[in-house]
Amino acid sequence: MKPIRLTVNGKPVSAVVEPRQHLGDFLREHLLLTATHLGCEQGVCGACTVLVDGVPVRSCIVYAVACDGADVRTLEGLEEDEVVTQLRAAMSRHHGLQCGFCTPGMMMTARDIVTRLPDADEKRVREELSGNLCRCTGYVGIVDAIRDVQEQRKSRRGAP
Amino acid sequence: MKPPPFQYHRPQSVADALRCLADHENARVLAGGQSLMPMLNLRIAYPDHLVDLGSIADLAYIREDGDEIAIGAMTAQRTIEFSGLVARRLPLMAEAILSVGHRQTRNRGTIGGSLCHLDPSAELALMATVYGATIVIAGPGGDRRLAMHEFAAGYMSPAIETGEIVTEVRFEPWAPGHGWGFTEIARRRGDFAIVAAAALVELEGDGRIRRAALALGGVAPVPLRVAAAEEALAGRIADDALLARATAACADVEPLEDAHVAPWYRRRLAPRLAQRVLADACRRARETRA
Repeated sequence: MKPIRLTVNGKPVSAVVEPRQHLGDFLREHLLLTATHLGCEQGVCGACTVLVDGVPVRSCIVYAVACDGADVRTLEGLEEDEVVTQLRAAMSRHHGLQCGFCTPGMMMTARDIVTRLPDADEKRVREELSGNLCRCTGYVGIVDAIRDVQEQRKSRRGAP
Repeated sequence: MKPPPFQYHRPQSVADALRCLADHENARVLAGGQSLMPMLNLRIAYPDHLVDLGSIADLAYIREDGDEIAIGAMTAQRTIEFSGLVARRLPLMAEAILSVGHRQTRNRGTIGGSLCHLDPSAELALMATVYGATIVIAGPGGDRRLAMHEFAAGYMSPAIETGEIVTEVRFEPWAPGHGWGFTEIARRRGDFAIVAAAALVELEGDGRIRRAALALGGVAPVPLRVAAAEEALAGRIADDALLARATAACADVEPLEDAHVAPWYRRRLAPRLAQRVLADACRRARETRA
């Protein structure tokens, strides 16, 4: 067992963890932050995507013990986030989810796309989204939701 | 699945890491973990000790060093993706890195980790092969250097000994105005390449090829340089007929058989993709001359 200190959703957290526990299990089981879903647990599906030091990573292939000192953010920590709020409405409007299992990971990646690549075209959005699998929607609604939020923010940016 | 239990070590320097590897039996180096952790979760690997290099800050850098670009082994693939220096001096790598895994894995995965994992279809191993990179390895007896073709000893088997660590990868950029081409066929973007191809071309003032490098991934246990094609191109004016002739040898590979792809398909793809990347490289080189 190893002691770690990190920041989760802006709050300092100390814990003692077994080295083999991955970050996704740590968030769900230690901290009861269950927005992060675990799908494949082998780094393929992207459902467990969280932000570590500001960038999206797969929490099933990052050990909690390796996050000592890191700044971790889950979907719970972005509840008031402006982009996530816009994405939530757009995902609903464009039918970007059906069963919802992939949705938390999709939201994390979608937020990264909208904030980092405000002008990305559909092809680029799809490339950036390629690390998140959805078996319900066929992705069209998810891509449309992201494009919608990009447009909303662009028209506001352009407004006087 | 969950990984088997192991002890975790987080050395703060290369010297500490080497000592840690020497002190423990059945220890493995953990870099970004984007290949090793899935292997543990799938219980394909059973290390008793993991030596995490994540705290060794001075293994993450990209810098010009003489005529070479030196990249620290723990440099994240993301850092390479967004490096202005890489875009300027190693444009082929800047393009190929976009096909390495996905956004989330490039944020965490490292160049050294990818080279040591040495997947036969890995784009970074292909880059090291086509550029003829030099791999710097630290061990108990000091540093040593290996050319990529010596480092890539066999299927997923780099020529590093137990107790050694890859610390740096050195790339020699081609002359300003050179051309490059990269392509791969995968079932989906970011999946393992079925075949990947990469080429570099420098032209003479009169349009003849001064030198060319061609490498293929996914067709053999390790990435391959296709010397026969490179030699057939040197000193010639590249046209479609020449490229077709020069790349015909690419069909002579003996691909691995896997559950998804038959060898004939890889043999058929290899010369086509080779021709495509060489044509792209020649076109880019001509455009910068014009």
